[in-house]
Amino acid sequence: MTTGPTSRAAMSGTGPAGYREPTVWRRTATAALRGLVALLRGMALFSPKVVLAFVMLASISLVMTAGFWILLVPVLAAAVRGLANLNRRLARSWSGVDIPEPYLPPPAPGTRPATGWRRWRLMRALTDPATWRDMLWALVDPVVGGVLALAPAATVMLGLYGTHLPLHWLGLAGFHHSDGTGWYTFVPVTGAATAWLAAVLGVGYIALGLAMAPRMLRLHGRWTRVLLAPTANATLALRVRQLAESRSDAVDTQAAELRRIERDLHDGAQARLVAMGMNLGAAERLVEENPAAAKALLAEMREASAKALNELRDLVRGIHPPVLADRGLGDAVRALALDCPLQEEVTADLPGRLALPVESAAYFAVSEVLANAVKHADALRVWIDLRYEGGRLRMSVTDDGHGGADPARGTGLRGVERRLATFDGVLALNSPPGGPTMVMMELPCALSSPRTSSYSETA
Amino acid sequence: MRVVLAEDLFLLRDGLIRLLEAYGFEIVAAVDNAPELLRALLGERPDVAVVDVRLPPSFTDEGLRAALRARQQVPGLPVLVLSQYVEQLYARELLADGIGGVGYLLKDRVFNADQFLDALRRVATGGTAMDPEVIAKLLARNATPLARLTGREREVLELMAEGRSNTAIAQRLHVSDGAVAKHTTSIFAKLDLPPSDDDNRRVLAVLAYLNG
Repeated sequence: MTTGPTSRAAMSGTGPAGYREPTVWRRTATAALRGLVALLRGMALFSPKVVLAFVMLASISLVMTAGFWILLVPVLAAAVRGLANLNRRLARSWSGVDIPEPYLPPPAPGTRPATGWRRWRLMRALTDPATWRDMLWALVDPVVGGVLALAPAATVMLGLYGTHLPLHWLGLAGFHHSDGTGWYTFVPVTGAATAWLAAVLGVGYIALGLAMAPRMLRLHGRWTRVLLAPTANATLALRVRQLAESRSDAVDTQAAELRRIERDLHDGAQARLVAMGMNLGAAERLVEENPAAAKALLAEMREASAKALNELRDLVRGIHPPVLADRGLGDAVRALALDCPLQEEVTADLPGRLALPVESAAYFAVSEVLANAVKHADALRVWIDLRYEGGRLRMSVTDDGHGGADPARGTGLRGVERRLATFDGVLALNSPPGGPTMVMMELPCALSSPRTSSYSETA
Repeated sequence: MRVVLAEDLFLLRDGLIRLLEAYGFEIVAAVDNAPELLRALLGERPDVAVVDVRLPPSFTDEGLRAALRARQQVPGLPVLVLSQYVEQLYARELLADGIGGVGYLLKDRVFNADQFLDALRRVATGGTAMDPEVIAKLLARNATPLARLTGREREVLELMAEGRSNTAIAQRLHVSDGAVAKHTTSIFAKLDLPPSDDDNRRVLAVLAYLNG
């Protein structure tokens, strides 16, 4: 992690002599290779489009001639969806164009109807507007996408054809044109001289084909996005659903929290105060006739008041930890780590205070993850890293425990994930069996004040 | 003994003034915010200061910061910090300079006037007074190396880390001074700490060890 400066020093050590500008040839070769890869990918994209065109044409004619074939539409829709998803993935990895899935999310478990489940699923797929945009794509893509995908390969083919024309005029191959004349694109090939001209042109075509291949691949990706990306409506609908879910989660959590606080106060501090009031009355009565007993009662009450204070302290700590209020997230996590029995190492790089609700959510997320490491992972050491980059708070908690954590088995991580979701935060877990476990959390947030973390000032 | 007092709650400030005056302390300044505290600490150079962590204007840890800043300028200026909460982080910061003359106690310890005044006097003479809660957490952090100690040695270590002298520990545990001295020698040997006759320096060594 800290090898940055060292490796840079090592590089400058070999000096400018050790580093050579890549030659023109080398650069050309790299570009050509890149073109070739893009060209082959274009061809790979093209081949399923041919099949798709046939399938679509066949389906349309079948439905036109015999209406009952319409029953096959769901099967077709499912197949097209699979192909569309493949194209989305390839657009991301080959063309660098990100295309999210536009479909309605699968229904939550338990909400599907008991009977008529097949028909319900069918209706759901058919009423999804994204399905119909898929179908439109399936009709148009073999033509538009096909041209975009195949154009570089076709150009190179044309070039290859041109370069072999001189062979015929040198008598090294059979005559291709019976009358000895023919057009190679715009060059009339009538003799050896024009054949050589055609060959030169052919080399040009090959170069052109290779040069445009990466660009065409990107263009293909962008074309794919036109019909396969979610519409503004679908994006909004998805967002609304997310917000509704996270809001109801937030409300539930809040209500549960309030209930817990109420119960804690009722059973703890409140009960102790009542007991103290009663004991005070008793002490008042006893103070004349039995001072010793009154004194004992008073001592007992001092104990009780200390206990009540302790309980209130713990309660407040659970609502809003003092160090978090005083110093912000960085020091609060340091304090948290100090209180935990593991060997800890905290690095925090935060340019200022975060918005208060985010700070609190982040704190309790780290706290929960840390508690997990203590309880379940048998860890000895833990590393916590907090940093603020590009408008996002990134937190990672790594422990050297036995790993194998699984949010599905309810180790509290699901709850953390849900609470972070209220702030559009995400949680990623990497916990192979045998460890180490790494939990990464990310929260988009703004800085609320430019005050720097105070720790360096006082440490 | 001249005392500077910083506490923003009127009732508590008033109570502390009365308590301290009743025991012959002289209150040279009683303030309710951090800037005035810093001014009083640097201007009055009291024998000891009693400081609430949370003070106006920001109601965060202003009191602690003011105390730390004053100690930067006047090394060893005795400060007893009071708080509703004890945090290991803050205890560390107070102990970081390794000079002593610091205390960090929960506010409820004031209820027990004798112990509170004892702690205050210890801090004024360059000793330390750490809240048992801080010490308990420090001991929990060092569970593995401390497993070598006997139960009695652990008790002695706990009281020593709170800042008590051998005599005070002996009284507390109802044993002789000599017995406590034997225990401390054994503790220092087991923890690989250099032996020292000076009470305060010994306490600081123990705290530095526990803070690792």
